[in-house]
Amino acid sequence: MRPKRSVSITDRATNSTQMTTGKPYRRRDLLGIRELAASDIIGILDTAENFREISNREVKKVPALRGKTVINLFFENSTRTRTSFEIAAKRLSADAVNISISSSSVSKGETLLDTALNLDAMAPDCIVVRHSSAGVPHRLAEVSKAAIVNAGDGANEHPTQALLDAMTIREHKGQIDGLSVAIVGDIVHSRVARSNIHLLTKLGANVRVAGPRTLVPKDFSFLIRDQEFASGKKPLEVCDHVEDAIRDADVVMILRIQRERQDAAFFPSLSEYSIHYGLTNERLALAKKDAIVLHPGPMNRGIEIASDVADSSRSLILDQVKYGVAVRMAVLYLATGGSPSER
Amino acid sequence: MKLLIANGHVIDPVAAQNSGKDILIENGKVAAWLDRKEARPDDAEVFDASGLVVAPGFIDMHVHLREPGQEHKETIASGCAAAVAGGWTSVCPMPNTNPVNDNAAITRYMIEQAEKTGLANVFPIGAITKSSDGSELAEMGEMKAAGAVAVSDDGRPVPSAGIMRRAMQYAADFALPVIDHCEDKSLSSGGVMHEGKMSLLLGLKGLPALAEEIDVVRDILLARDTGAHVHIAHISTAGAVEAVRQAKKEGLTITCEAAPHHFTLTDSAVEGYDTNTKMAPPLRSEEDRMAILAGLSDGTIDAIATDHAPHHADEKSLEYDRAPFGITGLETAVGLAFTELVHKGVIDLVRLVELCSTNPARILSLAGRGTLTPGSVADITILDPEEVWSFKVAESRSKSKNSPFDGREFRGRAVTTIVNGRVVFAAETV
Repeated sequence: MRPKRSVSITDRATNSTQMTTGKPYRRRDLLGIRELAASDIIGILDTAENFREISNREVKKVPALRGKTVINLFFENSTRTRTSFEIAAKRLSADAVNISISSSSVSKGETLLDTALNLDAMAPDCIVVRHSSAGVPHRLAEVSKAAIVNAGDGANEHPTQALLDAMTIREHKGQIDGLSVAIVGDIVHSRVARSNIHLLTKLGANVRVAGPRTLVPKDFSFLIRDQEFASGKKPLEVCDHVEDAIRDADVVMILRIQRERQDAAFFPSLSEYSIHYGLTNERLALAKKDAIVLHPGPMNRGIEIASDVADSSRSLILDQVKYGVAVRMAVLYLATGGSPSER
Repeated sequence: MKLLIANGHVIDPVAAQNSGKDILIENGKVAAWLDRKEARPDDAEVFDASGLVVAPGFIDMHVHLREPGQEHKETIASGCAAAVAGGWTSVCPMPNTNPVNDNAAITRYMIEQAEKTGLANVFPIGAITKSSDGSELAEMGEMKAAGAVAVSDDGRPVPSAGIMRRAMQYAADFALPVIDHCEDKSLSSGGVMHEGKMSLLLGLKGLPALAEEIDVVRDILLARDTGAHVHIAHISTAGAVEAVRQAKKEGLTITCEAAPHHFTLTDSAVEGYDTNTKMAPPLRSEEDRMAILAGLSDGTIDAIATDHAPHHADEKSLEYDRAPFGITGLETAVGLAFTELVHKGVIDLVRLVELCSTNPARILSLAGRGTLTPGSVADITILDPEEVWSFKVAESRSKSKNSPFDGREFRGRAVTTIVNGRVVFAAETV
């Protein structure tokens, strides 16, 4: 078997014999949160904190990545994430190129690896990739000389989403250690859920997941090593009822229901879903009084989240979008050789 | 032309033979067994098998040779070359060619291609239903007359219990075993790896063990009803092994095979998304792997078969979700069986020979094969249980290189392969 390559946001090519031009070029991939240590995560978040204020300036640009090329390679539709990465790259003065490829055009004969090698020949410093199949960033990282940043791969991971969620939580709760976070909805197909579970439990939060049994496998707690915190709380719990997950939570994270998956019939109807699993004010009242509400967007109002909850002051959905830019600036900066800041 | 395999340790479970003997081959048949003390015939060429095990030729009852129709992946010639290099004297290609082997003409074509190549024997497996589409029975009688040794809709298992029942009734008339790739597609559709902890972790859609087990149990009930001989292909789950164990206790004619990758690897190998870990049935859990080992050891599992499934590199370099299922296996199976089974004490050498030769010959009623008793066909696999070697996929005889075992070190290999009395493969000595 091919040995598992280290895939954290840690050095990749420093030992490579190809890098003998004398320049201390460091390349790092961000393939998932699972591969990161807590200290790596904190390093990214602290770096993002430092980049935050750039977006408030009159001239929203710093030269940190001047002369570097970032390719946004999107095999799956995305407005928000692609725009966020593009703005992040531009605020750091990188040259950003967006490529949208529908998976169907790839099936015309060019393999994924052909695409990667062709792009690589143009010497980008970083390739941000989104794909509907899990593992695509990992395979690209094996062949590409550029740093690979995962912008969402199938149901596997969406690491920058989890990082921006963490930044939002830190901003409002001070820290993540010791919090209880409910994640509600289509857990099994969600890369957002996976990345968040890894990140939050690594930083000491108790995560409870809930939703229809067809979308929340009972053995999902397999996902992380079952090691109790000193407090006696489990890092990850699979709850039988949405109410059990939300009760006394500090953070309630609602996942988007993928309407396009409805033909697979994981539940009978959207209206039944909203009645039994949607986040209403009544359900939210079970959480702590100062609990905050997150949603990775785009929202289906009236289905997984009631409009009045979405529009309430407890909902931080626009903060998430705002911090998304800072987190992606930090990730691009670190992936192309920058050093993490300390808070 | 006479050939004497001298000084070897002969293992032939049919003759309860497990000691030193010399074997005299004449005109493609085993002519006699000679004691070491007996005078050797003067006119025989001598093959010195000192320190080696001489076994009846290994029979791989589950391969995909891709011809006709997908010759960019494999041909009968390249597949047979890989077979003999791996110690297999006979292979049984599944009918999922293009067109499907659902009639006597294609069955005959496959055998003729193999005869032209002159390496391994090819015993085709015919389709159960026309085009393997699960609706109308294929002409099993005609295929048998042309040389087919079993029927199967491998990879496209017959979904309807009603049609499967009729197929078993009909196949029983011709004494053809019905080989089933057990997978209820309504449970497995879209899945690309074993459903379990690793699939949850990697975000890949799972093929549940249940999809295999529900079909194994269905087939056992149908076998009880029809009296047909049912052979479960590439058994891979603990539940399926247990179901077969119980069916055998009941006295039903149920046999099954296991593939080397299923007794060697688990779903943890999928980490990294190497598409050479994608096959159907998928690599299962460690618990399932242990159950396969137990089944190989206690007799529940009758045969080791590779499910050799060559695919072109372009196809395997697709995304994990889209890459085709299957890996090559002909050249690594014996190395894996020695390394993972014999040298780890799971089975002994006699049992290895039963699993790779005696039992496949019995299951498929291959007359004169699976034994070295005088009069049988001189198909012989000569093994060096101690040779340490490593597999290099770049040097594989198969046209395809989709193996997860590239660079893996083995202890034990097939060093010489004799088919119909002719040496068709001899390993370079290290």
